[in-house]
Amino acid sequence: MAKPASSLAKRADTLWNWVDTRLPVSAFWKATMTGYYAPKNFNFWYYMGVLSLVVLVLQILSGIFLTMHYKPSAAEAFASVEYIMRDVEWGWLIRYMHSTGASFFFIVVYLHMFRSLLYGSHRAPRELVWVFGVLIYLALMAEAFMGYVLPWGQMSYWGAQVIINLFGAIPTIGEPLTEWIRGDYFISDATLNRFFALHVIALPLAIFGLVLLHLVALRENGSNNPDGLEIKANKDENGIPVDGVPFHPYYTIKDLFGISMFLLLFAFVIFFWPEAGGLFLEHDNFVPADPLVTPEHIKPVWYFTPYYAILKAVPDKLMGVILMGLSVAILFFVPWLDRSPVKSIRYKGLWYKILLGLFVVAFIRLGMLGMAEGTPAQTVEMRVWTFVYFAFFILLFFLSPGAKTKPLPERLTH
Amino acid sequence: MPTDGVNKKRRRFLVATTSVVGAVGAGFAAVPFIKSWKPSAKARAVGAPVQVMLDGLDPGQLLKVQWRGQTIGVLRRSKETVGLLPELDQYLRDPQSAESEQPVFAQNEGRALKEEFLVVNMHCTHLGCVPQLLPQVGPQPFEENWNGGFFCPCHKSKFDMAGRVYKGVPAPTNLRIPPYSFIDDTTLVIGVNPEGAV
Amino acid sequence: MNKKHFSAFISLALFLAASAPVFAAGGGALETADINIRDTAAIQRGAKLFVNYCLSCHSASYMRYNRLAEDLELDEDLVMQNLVFADVKIGETMDIAMEPEAAADWFGKTPPDLSLIARSRGADWLYTYLKTFYQDENGHWNNLVLPNAAMPHVMWQLQGIQKPIYATHDGHDVIDHLTLAKPGLQSPEEYGETVHDLVTFLEYLSEPAKLKRKNVGVWVLLFLTLFTLIAYLLKAEYWRDVH
Repeated sequence: MAKPASSLAKRADTLWNWVDTRLPVSAFWKATMTGYYAPKNFNFWYYMGVLSLVVLVLQILSGIFLTMHYKPSAAEAFASVEYIMRDVEWGWLIRYMHSTGASFFFIVVYLHMFRSLLYGSHRAPRELVWVFGVLIYLALMAEAFMGYVLPWGQMSYWGAQVIINLFGAIPTIGEPLTEWIRGDYFISDATLNRFFALHVIALPLAIFGLVLLHLVALRENGSNNPDGLEIKANKDENGIPVDGVPFHPYYTIKDLFGISMFLLLFAFVIFFWPEAGGLFLEHDNFVPADPLVTPEHIKPVWYFTPYYAILKAVPDKLMGVILMGLSVAILFFVPWLDRSPVKSIRYKGLWYKILLGLFVVAFIRLGMLGMAEGTPAQTVEMRVWTFVYFAFFILLFFLSPGAKTKPLPERLTH
Repeated sequence: MPTDGVNKKRRRFLVATTSVVGAVGAGFAAVPFIKSWKPSAKARAVGAPVQVMLDGLDPGQLLKVQWRGQTIGVLRRSKETVGLLPELDQYLRDPQSAESEQPVFAQNEGRALKEEFLVVNMHCTHLGCVPQLLPQVGPQPFEENWNGGFFCPCHKSKFDMAGRVYKGVPAPTNLRIPPYSFIDDTTLVIGVNPEGAV
Repeated sequence: MNKKHFSAFISLALFLAASAPVFAAGGGALETADINIRDTAAIQRGAKLFVNYCLSCHSASYMRYNRLAEDLELDEDLVMQNLVFADVKIGETMDIAMEPEAAADWFGKTPPDLSLIARSRGADWLYTYLKTFYQDENGHWNNLVLPNAAMPHVMWQLQGIQKPIYATHDGHDVIDHLTLAKPGLQSPEEYGETVHDLVTFLEYLSEPAKLKRKNVGVWVLLFLTLFTLIAYLLKAEYWRDVH
């Protein structure tokens, strides 16, 4: 029996060589996996990158199948979503995968960005990795917003109304611009139809391209790590970083475990808590869109509410929009705002821990206030946290160069 | 990387287990996506059995109804028409309906539950056109041995008054017979076999 | 501040941020409906109430009768006899014959479709709503949780007629509670059960896949737990190389 098996193996080998001399499969695998060395001290936070990729794939897969049953027209959209939930076999599962996936995308992306702030992953020579990351985040916000309009419920409709009207705050061109975006004098069938096109093809393509750039830029210099040290600075006689491990099998296997843990949590929400108490699927969105009736309490989905709070904190339409835009735009400059001689929070000293801690509290608190109904006391609080949000970036710029740092270790701490 | 002292057997076993369990999981995960392509509850409701009242149908008359997007013909045949059917057997490709598609109860000379009524899927078994009913008996320009039947305008396939296909035409088999049954003497249901029948 | 202290600091900050009150309790307090979606008998009784009291004016146009039969473990013929009064087939949806314009004429607005009412309003709201209809001084129907509701109290014969008892707060007369002025066919406890059944049905109606969802979910979680365990063993085995 050994003979035919070995001749089969030989044939497979020949075929493989034939392909490999025409398509650089093994060269690519070596360059990005077995011959690519990553720092050996990655912790919990380093799962978020691969998890973002997993969610992206799940969103594309479930999205393709939803497109097969969804009808992008104002007259049919709401009913077609219920058609998916009730009449299509397993349609409810595919829909919940997609709606839960949207929220989980933002959860992992926010944690991924926080990781960068912890360990200085955006610092030289990885500034472009960060910049592409922020671009992905922007595209993702547009993608999520347009996706949220598609079920054509009350929150879809009125959320779109509010967000599109933000563009109306721009002097002179504001009004014609909103009209151009809507394709009508109000949010209508035309708006829904174009948002559908952008949501299912244009933005996913853009995100896909940006993710590719993000990864190519990352692989060029390799990953940062919790110590913020460059593993390439310390190589053995074979030119291999002494504190590095081959990405495959060590990190592929570790990521597999991380993905599995993630799927456990993800599946729990899909099967037992898909509305997440009104955070992932809002109650008012189970009422069909009605241009004549505004819901009592309009708010965006949770992942937008920190910025929405900043918008609400400012008592001037144009200034509010500018500040909100600035709160996202400032992220692009983080690699140059942080001028500390060390990258990681571990060696930066107490000042950065307090600063980052306050920033996180501000972001979460703004997110919660953005959902709230808005009492005068809350408006005051929103202003305080808006101030803290921006103060983080300004103080980072001024405090980082002069602050005392702890001595860096020779090797990675593992 | 120091790899001496590695338990290779354990590694191979764990890799294999993970792969197999993972593949099983992927297989299960694919099921909902594949099943979402099946006819939905709505499609099944629209494709539900259709009731047809027969009391207004005179002998020789053809009634066309839609069932699951197909044109179903209900033809009331006179005793003479039914009597002429065996005459044509030699000119037909599949006179006993051995190769054709019909419920078991309709695999007979008249291809019907009750000889009086032919219930037939009108779409030609060649490429799906709907043939015309030409009921007159006697030689026709397109066929000498004609006791009435169906003639397809697309590719000239010919069928007799039981939907049986002539020799030498493009259609491979007789016209299909859908499942049907009778609730009472004048009510036909298309889409359901008689109780106990296949 | 070392690594442990820092995570403690972050956790504390997050805890404080998350526990600070944001949402003011809106409106009157709602009664807890305490729905058990697996109580098939309650859903069946609720379905009967629904077709008798609601379906004449409200549609449930995303719900198919045969889905009802399948999920409630009822024979299709039984459903046709007991629950379907309109001239429809078993595969059709729970629509109503009333023209929307006519409905708007009678009630001032079109009665909303109830397919998703339990998802938009919540079971507690529905439960309280159906229990707090009252007749005001002018003999008009009104409601505690939905003031000036366009809908009359369709189950008043069961519940009886409630009248408001006022109390004075800061110089304003406000309704303190309702009292049963004229008893109905059911005792207050029985009526509470009736409403509970109806709300259980509405909860089911809003997401018929819910039962299956939770059943499948258990298996998915079990499988993923197993896979996570294996993946962990694999990871631990390989990472023994890394010192």
